[in-house]
Amino acid sequence: MHDPARRLPGEGVFSLLLTGISLFLFYQATQISGFEALSAPGSFPLFSTGCMVITAALVALRTLRLPHSEEHGWQAILPGFVIFMTVLMLFYALALKPVGFLPTSFVFLLIATKVMMRTSIARAALIAALSLILVYVVFRLVFSVLMPEGIVPERELISAMRRLLSGGAE
Amino acid sequence: MDWTHFFMSWIDPQLLMLVALGTFAGIYVGAIPGLSVTMAVSILISFTFSWEMFDALSLMIGIYMGGVYGGSRTAILLNIPGAPSAIATALDGYPLAKKGLAGEAIGLSTTMSALGGLVGIVVLGIGAPAVSEFALRFQPRDYLLLAILGILLVGSLSGESLVKGIFAGALGLTIGCVGLDPLTAQERFTFGQIELWGGISFIAVMIGLFGVSEALMQLQHVDTAAVKQVIRRIVPEWRSVVKYLPLSLQSSAIGVIIGALPGTGGDIAALMAYDQAKRVTKNPETPFGEGAKEGLIAPEAANNAAVGGAFVPMLTLGIPGDAVTAIIIGAMFIHGLNPGPMLMIERPEMFWFILGALVLATFFMLVFGLTGIRLFVKIVELPRAVLFPLILLLSIVGAFAVNNSIIDVYFMLGFGVLGYFMKMYGYQVGPVILGVILSRLIDDNWRRAIISEQESLPRLFHGIFTSPLSAVLMIAVILVFVSNTPLWAWGKRRLSRGRS
Repeated sequence: MHDPARRLPGEGVFSLLLTGISLFLFYQATQISGFEALSAPGSFPLFSTGCMVITAALVALRTLRLPHSEEHGWQAILPGFVIFMTVLMLFYALALKPVGFLPTSFVFLLIATKVMMRTSIARAALIAALSLILVYVVFRLVFSVLMPEGIVPERELISAMRRLLSGGAE
Repeated sequence: MDWTHFFMSWIDPQLLMLVALGTFAGIYVGAIPGLSVTMAVSILISFTFSWEMFDALSLMIGIYMGGVYGGSRTAILLNIPGAPSAIATALDGYPLAKKGLAGEAIGLSTTMSALGGLVGIVVLGIGAPAVSEFALRFQPRDYLLLAILGILLVGSLSGESLVKGIFAGALGLTIGCVGLDPLTAQERFTFGQIELWGGISFIAVMIGLFGVSEALMQLQHVDTAAVKQVIRRIVPEWRSVVKYLPLSLQSSAIGVIIGALPGTGGDIAALMAYDQAKRVTKNPETPFGEGAKEGLIAPEAANNAAVGGAFVPMLTLGIPGDAVTAIIIGAMFIHGLNPGPMLMIERPEMFWFILGALVLATFFMLVFGLTGIRLFVKIVELPRAVLFPLILLLSIVGAFAVNNSIIDVYFMLGFGVLGYFMKMYGYQVGPVILGVILSRLIDDNWRRAIISEQESLPRLFHGIFTSPLSAVLMIAVILVFVSNTPLWAWGKRRLSRGRS
């Protein structure tokens, strides 16, 4: 979608933002060990952030001179789905540890599927549940990835299931 | 008997299964538009970091080999390259499918991909020990120049502008500096936060830049309906395979060379092989762009040959050949291995193991590529609205699982959003990850080089220009840089005008 001869909405602000961040990081790099020696801990960060400042400024200067793109509006740069999913992911990350992997993931998948597929809540819940079972079996049970339990007593449930499957032999 | 590790993945049932599973998954990941091998490997690394090294490598190698090939499927069937390495495949693959020859095109691309993959592995087997031995003579300044060359190459070849490429590379280098200085333990970019002393988890950076940003980009096309396909016979005729064998070998050679250059991968190899095929094929049965089989075979052989090629600089110099090998290097670091010339001396069994697993993955690629077409069509039809929330969920879980830290999840989200805007505005994210991986190597070798020259820059440059190897590398760095400047373009225009 990016046309080097046209400026997309927000491209100028983004390039200025990158220049500002680069300048800030360059200043931080000067604070590490100053310019005391070429082999000092700060010399390499000075080099890398210096490159960032120069290139970000060049890009910003070039971008700000470009004519605006008339083909694409803000909708093309930040569609509703992208904003929605980013915010949803942020909430998911915030709830993951206190609430636990299973309930948080189910709600995340349910909301995302419902909104993006524009389907009924029952169908979205079914898809979310099936997806979650797949992820849980592959990653939690096969790959043994530890995930936050939160409010679900997961370990007790797994050991109860194992006891049940082994016919109560334990 | 280190070479016996070549067969390790062949005889150990668990490793065999992991390579098979990885290749199978790779084919489907590569085939589904929007899912990429880099995305899959970067998410996977977070789940396999606690595994045995051989297990983790088996899975990743399978995914890599399968994924590079898998992209061709949707390029042929839907004119949508599943992976960047399949862009050239679509040029003639899709016209072939439109003529009702989709099955034949898939069969040919599978066979030639396997052949190309094998050529790449043979070159890796022969070339890597020689390069590694040669690399023992490298001075710190040579490593420094080689790493800079890698970042410049990936910045210039994969993006629309070298300036943006350098910015992305420098950003990666800066991210790699965060934490305590490895030599003096001085804080760098930690802002007084103890959580940052260990640096930013590069897995979080990778998942953010490759997984989340790509998934967010693909959300723009969430309403695109899946196209239904009908395919019949896909095993190619022996006659066709023999006929196109010379071209396939030639394209494989291009693929290996391009793949072995630091920072370049299967996508560039495929485009160059396609261009070369156009030039050497005098009388194609069908013109290029309208369904020439040569135009399908050349990129497919080249992109899989580039896999073996990309492992050469990774294993011998510790410099990634492309984004996926950058991630695999990261995985090797996590497992306490240090890719580079010493790896071949200290852990030669790793080299033989990787070689054997690559051969096995190529075999599985051929088997899975020529079978299971019905399942393939079903999976490709999976709605994006189901697929992408799942990928985003796995990204969060993956970032969290590495250190059980929610901070890593926030970093991943931050880099995901940054990567999204970078891609949107024409910046490549590949150089960022290459920068993160190479940051330590450049920093260490810069300091070693400058200390050995008693902190004198003129002495360093004198050393560079009086050593043939350093001089060649320096000239290559300058050439790559200058060839991307307006001055070079102006000179070329003047030269061509003067000739005409």
